[in-house]
Amino acid sequence: MTDDCRGSRLEPLTFDRSRPGHRGATVPTAGVPAAPIAHLLAGASLRTRPPALPELSEPEIVRHYTRLSHLNHSVDLGMYPLGSCTMKYNPKINDEVAQARGFTDLHPYQTEDDAQGTLELMWELEQALLVVTGMCRATLQPAAGAHGELVGILMIRAFHRDNGGASRDTVIVPDSAHGTNLATATMAGYKVVELKSSDRGLIDLDTLRSNLSEKTAALMLTNPNTLGLFEEDILEITRLTHEAGALVYYDGANLNAIMGKARPGDMGMDVVHMNLHKTFSTPHGGGGPGAGPLAVCARLEPYLPAPLVSRRDPNEAPMRRADCREGCASGPDDDGACCPRFGLDYDRPASIGRVRGFYGNVGVLERAYAYILSMGGDGLTQASEDAVMNANYLRTRLSGTYDIPHDRLCMHEFVASASRQKRDTGVAARDVAKRILDHGVHAPTIYFPLIVPEALMIEPTETESLAGLDAFVDILVAIDREAHESPEVVTGAPHTTPIRRPDETRAARDPMLRWRSDTG
Amino acid sequence: MGYLVHTDADRALMLRRIGAASVDDLFTPIPRELRTTALDLPPGSPESEVAARVTSLAERNRTWGSRSFLGAGCYHIYVPAAVRSLTGRSEFATAYTPYQPEVSQGTLQHIFEFQTTISELTELPVANASMYDGASALAEGAFLAARHTSRDGILVSAGVHPEAREVVRTYASGPGLPVADLALDPSSGRTLVPDAARLEGAAAVLVQQPNFFGIIEDLEPLAEAAHAAGALLVVSQNLLAAGLLAPPGQVGADVAVGDVQPFGNPPNYGGPFAGFMACADSYVRQLPGRLVGETLDADGRRCFTLTMQAREQHIRRAKATSNICSNQALCALAATIHLALLGPTGLRELGATCIARAHYLHQRLTELPGVSSAHDGPFFNEFAIRLPVDAALFAESLRELGVDPGVPLGRFDPAWTPLLLVAVTEINSPRDLDAYVDAAADALAHPKEAVHDR
Repeated sequence: MTDDCRGSRLEPLTFDRSRPGHRGATVPTAGVPAAPIAHLLAGASLRTRPPALPELSEPEIVRHYTRLSHLNHSVDLGMYPLGSCTMKYNPKINDEVAQARGFTDLHPYQTEDDAQGTLELMWELEQALLVVTGMCRATLQPAAGAHGELVGILMIRAFHRDNGGASRDTVIVPDSAHGTNLATATMAGYKVVELKSSDRGLIDLDTLRSNLSEKTAALMLTNPNTLGLFEEDILEITRLTHEAGALVYYDGANLNAIMGKARPGDMGMDVVHMNLHKTFSTPHGGGGPGAGPLAVCARLEPYLPAPLVSRRDPNEAPMRRADCREGCASGPDDDGACCPRFGLDYDRPASIGRVRGFYGNVGVLERAYAYILSMGGDGLTQASEDAVMNANYLRTRLSGTYDIPHDRLCMHEFVASASRQKRDTGVAARDVAKRILDHGVHAPTIYFPLIVPEALMIEPTETESLAGLDAFVDILVAIDREAHESPEVVTGAPHTTPIRRPDETRAARDPMLRWRSDTG
Repeated sequence: MGYLVHTDADRALMLRRIGAASVDDLFTPIPRELRTTALDLPPGSPESEVAARVTSLAERNRTWGSRSFLGAGCYHIYVPAAVRSLTGRSEFATAYTPYQPEVSQGTLQHIFEFQTTISELTELPVANASMYDGASALAEGAFLAARHTSRDGILVSAGVHPEAREVVRTYASGPGLPVADLALDPSSGRTLVPDAARLEGAAAVLVQQPNFFGIIEDLEPLAEAAHAAGALLVVSQNLLAAGLLAPPGQVGADVAVGDVQPFGNPPNYGGPFAGFMACADSYVRQLPGRLVGETLDADGRRCFTLTMQAREQHIRRAKATSNICSNQALCALAATIHLALLGPTGLRELGATCIARAHYLHQRLTELPGVSSAHDGPFFNEFAIRLPVDAALFAESLRELGVDPGVPLGRFDPAWTPLLLVAVTEINSPRDLDAYVDAAADALAHPKEAVHDR
């Protein structure tokens, strides 16, 4: 390990630190009369070599991971304007309530009676998501946005199969689409056609028309799109697509722009996924867990993965007033009928089938539910207003310094370009991003969307203060000045982070994907 | 709404600088006929009320502590306090995917440690950064095999968890891969080795170890048969048994998948957990999901970075190995820390305690009149018993006596109505086991007749 003048020291791997005989956790002995293990496992093949797990005490492990944590940037440390990722503040109460033993100890195969609290939460969350999206029914199963996409496209496939569209074999996506959209279509067995965006960064109606055919199964789009622009012709887009017999999939990665302002259901969307780890503030966890609930219009409802959470009419199975517990959404009514009961509905013969074990990333759902309660309808609307205002503020203030290919009103994010800097000084988008890291701010998404050269995709979110936004502008202006005056400072960045740029070529050429006792 | 950061004065100033008269002006790109003005949801609540409401829902659930014997892919294993303390650190929890390695070494290194941990437990050389869960990882394993072999047939053992089998079928419905079941030997509960005719054209044989009924499969003949037919053996592995049982890589598996849930991730009504996938070197370029690799930085220091991204959706787009983007990194970290705390000795001891207690309970239960073992193959910490009554009714009786005795299997298949799947872990004390036996004896002596409303 090298000592250095950077902020943090690097940390050996647990496997490097391991010393035989140490351990960090003890477990109870059996305490029952039992034959030797070899006897109990007679007839089974046994492990011949113990796994090389680290041997460390608890204090060593706690220090190790605490030190590792110090090598990360995070939302709680500073601005994280990563475009398309909605790195908003993650409220602490969300995490706290999700740790309640009543949630964490609940086994997925307990009876519905045992799980009424969690089922009610899931049902209420579904209702709230339907209000936000203007859709008809939702599944909470998908673990992430891309998982939701797969569910949605498989449902569209099932719909076409049942409606004379089995020969439809193509999914259309704009060239500004997230990579997941194309990968999803392929995974679901479809061919992919990419639509060239118009000069205005939007879907061109004539291009769309000429690509729609009796072979089209679906159009997948993001609105606002990955340039942060609202598809102004969205109603015509969905009308044309439906006229061609195809369905429209809405990638909800950018839903944070439009809560309370517009609803995908009103736009004519057939399927909508949401990213609870983006729009609804559950933390990203360094890449997950997220949750990607998927909402659909009425004609696709039969195809949703089973089980769905159901709410049963209290009159169907009356309960005594005494059974009503405080906190029940409806409370006992005058006739003495009581709380609704919640259940899992498996009786869905047209369902495409489940896409994961059990019911969803429930711990993530609990956090999103707490967030929606905290914000309320007015708060969510205000969040979208502030997110859009923050993005437009940054766009306006940066437009003199950086090229902004579509410099007009944006939604919650916009895409700037370092093309000018690259041409004039040799400093590329990657260099600007790395130099930003030196200022304690995370870099924007770079080189995406693919249709903007030297792209810097910036999404400040609503939880960035005016002072934070101004500081970010100052950083980007200063980097532009550096690019002209001392470009080597920018191309050599970062200078103050725990490591300097890693050798990506070396990593890919001779992949070392795990610890080896003879390395490190 | 303390998460909103602007004052009205801030907003006015920002709108002025943007050149907008009002916030509504910012939304003019949305066609007028689409614009809404409000959400039909209740107003926001102060934190104290949110806490009270959500906590009341948690309290409405009933849980059974050490008197729960439910498993079937999700196990009650004690989570050491250090796990939650460390995974709760916001430097881990509030970071995104480590796209900027210079400020993400914490995440990248713990993923590298996870990959190493999974590689050790599966005894396969390469593991990815995590999948959504065990069931979806199994489906992705089948897809990997189909890509590698350029074949499409998927053979799934009837000993694979019914939900995982359903997930495989759902995934396979897209590209239209035919999926067929492999039967179990009814007495041992082990997967019958398919003959060459059955394996013709198969891309993959999918099995679970120990299987859904808790039976330890004999993997070597399955691997030999699959390989002789040019198919891959994909094993869904319960890591709880990994300290004692032969790991998939030792017995010829090409791909191992599974769920890390027993380590660091409480049941939580089924999620979030983390799936894993490991494979032999020859399939690395077909792996779905993220991979972290070791390299050097510009100063020559060891560091970590996402690598081999040409397999992934954000680079390869329509030609990616999978559409997976977000995975389950924080759940994988919980497992990594729990397994580091246990170390090789603790993992072995945990397995030994589970197995000894499970065999003790199995012995005592099958001594009760009318109760028999569903299979005679070897088992680890989980087993199915055949009851003289509907297992769901039996379970209901035992719950009235304070024990949640296992998963009645009739929920998966009506033919399994008399079967109860019982899981035992280190949280079920010897006293809990005896209480279970006493309650079972009582319930069998006074059987329930009517089916109550569930």
